[in-house]
Amino acid sequence: MKIPHDSARKARAAIIGPGNIGTDLLAKLRRSESIEVQYVVGVVESDGLQRARDLGLEASAEGLDWLLSRDELPEIVFDATSAKAHRAAAPRLQEAGIVAIDLTPAAVGPLVCPPVNFREHVDATNINMISCGAQATVPIVHAVSSVVPVAYAEIVASVASKSAGPGTRANIDEFTHTTSRAVRELGGTPRGKAIIVLNPVEPPMIMRDTIFCAIPADADKDAITSAVHRRVEEVQQYVPGYTLRAEPQYDDPREKWDGNGRVTVFIEVLGAGDYLPTYAGNLDIMTAAAARVGELVATEKLAGALA
Amino acid sequence: MTGTQRPVRITDTTLRDGSHAMQHEFTEAQVRATVHALDAAGVEVIEVSHGDGIGGSSFNYGFSKVEDITLVRAAAEEASQARIAVLLVPGIGTMDDLRNAREAGASVARIATHCTEADVSIQHFGLARSLGMETVGFLMMSHRTSPEELARQGRIMVDAGCECVYAVDSAGALVLTEAKARIAALVAEVGREAQVGFHGHQNLSLGVANSVLAFESGARQIDGSLCALGAGAGNSPTEVLAATFDHLGVETGVDVGGVLEAAEEVVRPYLPRWPKADRTAIVQGWAGVYSSFLLHAEHAAERYGVPAHEILQRAGEAGYVGGQEDMLIDIALQLSQERDLHAVGAR
Repeated sequence: MKIPHDSARKARAAIIGPGNIGTDLLAKLRRSESIEVQYVVGVVESDGLQRARDLGLEASAEGLDWLLSRDELPEIVFDATSAKAHRAAAPRLQEAGIVAIDLTPAAVGPLVCPPVNFREHVDATNINMISCGAQATVPIVHAVSSVVPVAYAEIVASVASKSAGPGTRANIDEFTHTTSRAVRELGGTPRGKAIIVLNPVEPPMIMRDTIFCAIPADADKDAITSAVHRRVEEVQQYVPGYTLRAEPQYDDPREKWDGNGRVTVFIEVLGAGDYLPTYAGNLDIMTAAAARVGELVATEKLAGALA
Repeated sequence: MTGTQRPVRITDTTLRDGSHAMQHEFTEAQVRATVHALDAAGVEVIEVSHGDGIGGSSFNYGFSKVEDITLVRAAAEEASQARIAVLLVPGIGTMDDLRNAREAGASVARIATHCTEADVSIQHFGLARSLGMETVGFLMMSHRTSPEELARQGRIMVDAGCECVYAVDSAGALVLTEAKARIAALVAEVGREAQVGFHGHQNLSLGVANSVLAFESGARQIDGSLCALGAGAGNSPTEVLAATFDHLGVETGVDVGGVLEAAEEVVRPYLPRWPKADRTAIVQGWAGVYSSFLLHAEHAAERYGVPAHEILQRAGEAGYVGGQEDMLIDIALQLSQERDLHAVGAR
């Protein structure tokens, strides 16, 4: 990719999919020092497009064709549409030399969780943000597995019903499959399981995540606890509302657990409330993680190409 | 319309809901003996799964001693006339689990969601039908929504391919007319295309009475468990349902003497404790708490030195739903912190 030599310039970006997620992402990126959103694209006229125009951005309901016919193409595209739409868009973005940051479950590119494995994929042209449950839990599994071998990890994500969109509801298995894959491959454990629970209580519950890891009987608990604390602080850099509900809890080894002990970590994710309501921490952590990856791409890849 | 041709079909869930009370430690021998006895007594549908459905074996809900698919296969081998059902909770189990259960011999798929979240089950009903399975929809914690909303959720399931929608009283919290109203609303909404069922718990000792009222309101499928073996204070006992419907002259096809023997001779010897409405279980019915939370709350209570019934009370206040067993540890931690603060303040 050829980038004009101007290190002070922000990376040009576009958002495809001006729905709730796209609008929240836009609010976050407008605070960015390394990314400038120039275009917002949908396939039908919508409130989201109008909101973008009100902010002085170029917005169109004519989809990817319109975006790819701009004189000045974006360098980064954030896709907040659907898995199907992203699968169709991915090759065209790649051909145009645009880095795609994919917030859909399409998983065309590598699964990325910023504090866990961004470095391995700094040159990827398509980056998948996995799922809300993965963004909230994989950092913890990875922190534990960086201290001791984790034979099995399991995560339970509880989200407010109101924050689970039609795409998630229509294919909830996609969440469990993708998230458990990320728990294994990124978290660093041979076996992983993901569970999602939708809770309709009013007022809506704030996103909660519980992470269970099987750990050796002689595991260094203090080392695990401090690794978890350090990792929570790292995630807080881009998701300020990401907090521990309690200190990590340790259970003694049991025969039923193949002789392993267990550490349990309780996380709450309070959203920033940029556009989405604060209880929807599950959506906030997706847009925050995507913005984080966008900024890392802008500063480490695009700027690096100039140096 | 498929489903039962009888006035009432009793589905026995000893080997699924009972899995909670057994802490998911059913052995293959127990499953075979129970299926054999139920099958001989004329019970037509026998549910076999981890308590939280196939694929439920986990830290959060408890690991199965024997993989549930192995138990389903054993049950299917053992049954001669009875068909084997499995429970699947989308978000916990997956469509792969359902395919495996079908391959192992299950022929009835019971897909469970919280009572307001039926739309997460659409793809699972589609798969179950394409696998040639009879389908049942399980609207859990049905006390937490109105009869009208429950009917709307039942409609979503039926449109997705569900052949019988259950009002599931997971908390044993429905009291008589409340159960009736939910069954009546479901029958009014889906009764022309699908059957309606009722799954009761004994937390307020109303499982059987609610089941009779459900039948009078149009329910055709009723769940029970031998010796009430199930979550919370247990389920409506299959043997009591059979005797009661027989007394009312309602044909279920179940031989009362046969299920009495199954309860007494087969299940009673392996009961870890006879499910009963003790303080914690009554609090579940009273506060509307998911029955399966019982043993998890007791374990958290013991671990953190706080009362189980207080944990459950808080779980009810917070509106936690089936699947959120992890939150019981969180509540226990809060209670123990509050107790410590109180102790400091009192000093």
